[in-house]
Amino acid sequence: MSAPTNAAAQKIEIRGLSKSFGPKVVLDGLDLDVAVGESVVVIGGSGTGKSVLLKCILGLLTPDSGSIKIDGEEVVGLRGKNRDRVLRKFGMLFQNAALFDSLPVWENVAFGLIQGSGMDLTEAKKVAIEKLASVGMTAEVGELSPAELSGGMRKRVGLARAIATTPEIIFFDEPTTGLDPIMGDVINDLIVKCVQELGASTLSITHDMASARKIAHRIAMLYHGKIIWAGPVADIDRSDNDYVDQFIHGRAEGPIQMQVRAG
Amino acid sequence: MPILQPIGRTFLTFLAAVGRLSLFAANGLAHCIRPPLYLRLIGRQMIDIGYYSLPVVGLTAIFTGMVLALQSYTGFARFAAESAIPNVVVISITRELGPVLAGLMVAGRVGAAMAAEIGTMRVTEQIDALDTLATNPFKYLVAPRLIAGITMMPLLVCIADIIGVFGGYVVSIYKLGFNPAIYLKNTIDFVEFEDVASGLVKAAVFGFLITLMGCYHGYNSKGGAQGVGAATTNAVVSASILILCFNYFITEIFFAV
Ligand SMILES: Nc1ncnc2c1ncn2[C@@H]1O[C@H](COP(=O)(O)OP(=O)(O)O)[C@@H](O)[C@H]1O
Ligand SMILES: [Mg+2]
Repeated sequence: MSAPTNAAAQKIEIRGLSKSFGPKVVLDGLDLDVAVGESVVVIGGSGTGKSVLLKCILGLLTPDSGSIKIDGEEVVGLRGKNRDRVLRKFGMLFQNAALFDSLPVWENVAFGLIQGSGMDLTEAKKVAIEKLASVGMTAEVGELSPAELSGGMRKRVGLARAIATTPEIIFFDEPTTGLDPIMGDVINDLIVKCVQELGASTLSITHDMASARKIAHRIAMLYHGKIIWAGPVADIDRSDNDYVDQFIHGRAEGPIQMQVRAG
Repeated sequence: MPILQPIGRTFLTFLAAVGRLSLFAANGLAHCIRPPLYLRLIGRQMIDIGYYSLPVVGLTAIFTGMVLALQSYTGFARFAAESAIPNVVVISITRELGPVLAGLMVAGRVGAAMAAEIGTMRVTEQIDALDTLATNPFKYLVAPRLIAGITMMPLLVCIADIIGVFGGYVVSIYKLGFNPAIYLKNTIDFVEFEDVASGLVKAAVFGFLITLMGCYHGYNSKGGAQGVGAATTNAVVSASILILCFNYFITEIFFAV
């Protein structure tokens, strides 16, 4: 994927973000930028706080300190209507898709349109079926319950739900984890396609390097609560950073210590 | 003072838990009265709590009414006070046993299911997903359940009262040889508005407690399947205990001399 040309304005600007759970420091003064139309991938081991980072930006978790700006607007501590307004800019694909099992697939996809934007049901269903088609699924799938779908299909539906409201910013939390390599690549292609069509800025998390190389303009590595390296995807193999080298080559020996406690 | 430390710490933990629960309850209730309301979800919960609990609550009520009549008879026969049986049955059922037993049964059935459903939504990030889709989880998940609990429990208890009294009637007529007309007249003459009303007020409060505990424990569950299991147990146990506590205090408010 080639870098966008108008990457001057920052869509997301994170400064000094810290978050601890009791004595456990997860994020420790993290800085990260995502430019307009840019696709940034954060890599890092399990349990390093990648999901916590996304949840802080979305306001699902409250940071202990630091600043998060979306389009220049501070969003830490936003509540009620203001928070809803900012949330409407976002789409999110959760790690295990997080589909609502009480609703059929099409209502999952249309959820943001019906509940968030107040679209009427028939209109919303039409949009949902279009979105399902754009991730390669037929209208019949829309009538199924999420429990009937395989992992890869759930991810696709999750993707359709994330893009249904045509968001300006999309987050992908480990989009390919738990999928076979072929389905993983299908998801990568869909992400690239959807992002290009929408012109959205994206922040993705993964520990799958193949996926990172495919969807990223820029890669940032999270370790011990900080971004220890960030640069264009082309530079990842000559980062001169032992941590990055160990991670992208998946070596057991190196400076990175394995986490004992679960992620 | 090392002996006081653990006591103090336990007390503080307890206070913090009460504080969290009160905030949760206030937030949930606020969303019950603030539009928009999700009518479709409220309807579904009402059917789940009201309609599908009917068999369980009905069976509990009929056997309770029957055993009440039988036990009162064996006891009262010693004092030649058998004629008090209709009164004992109707008072016990409407004031105490109807609401309390229905409450406990619904706590086991509905409270557990709610905690499991919401807990699963929590650990599979569905609640986070709701939030990011600009839908307040309190409005979407908690408020419909609270509303359904508060409104459906009195209805259920009303039916339980009738079925319970009928159980006592059946045993008295067919087993103990009472005259049907006199039994019914005694029942209707004796029961007062306050007996039934206090039972229905209890039912509404119990409905609130059951759904609140189901939502609260589900909403705060963590740590995968085991966490959801713990939430389910906690929801049923805490709702049952609260029902018995509140039962005493509401009785005192209504009937204290
Ligand atoms: N709500 C929470 N409460 C307590 N600890 C949490 C919570 N969310 C995440 N953590 C902890 O933060 C760390 C990072 O988690 P996470 O961001 O999910 O990792 P990953 O990088 O694999 O996505 C983990 O050690 C996890 O135990
Ligand atoms: Mg994660």
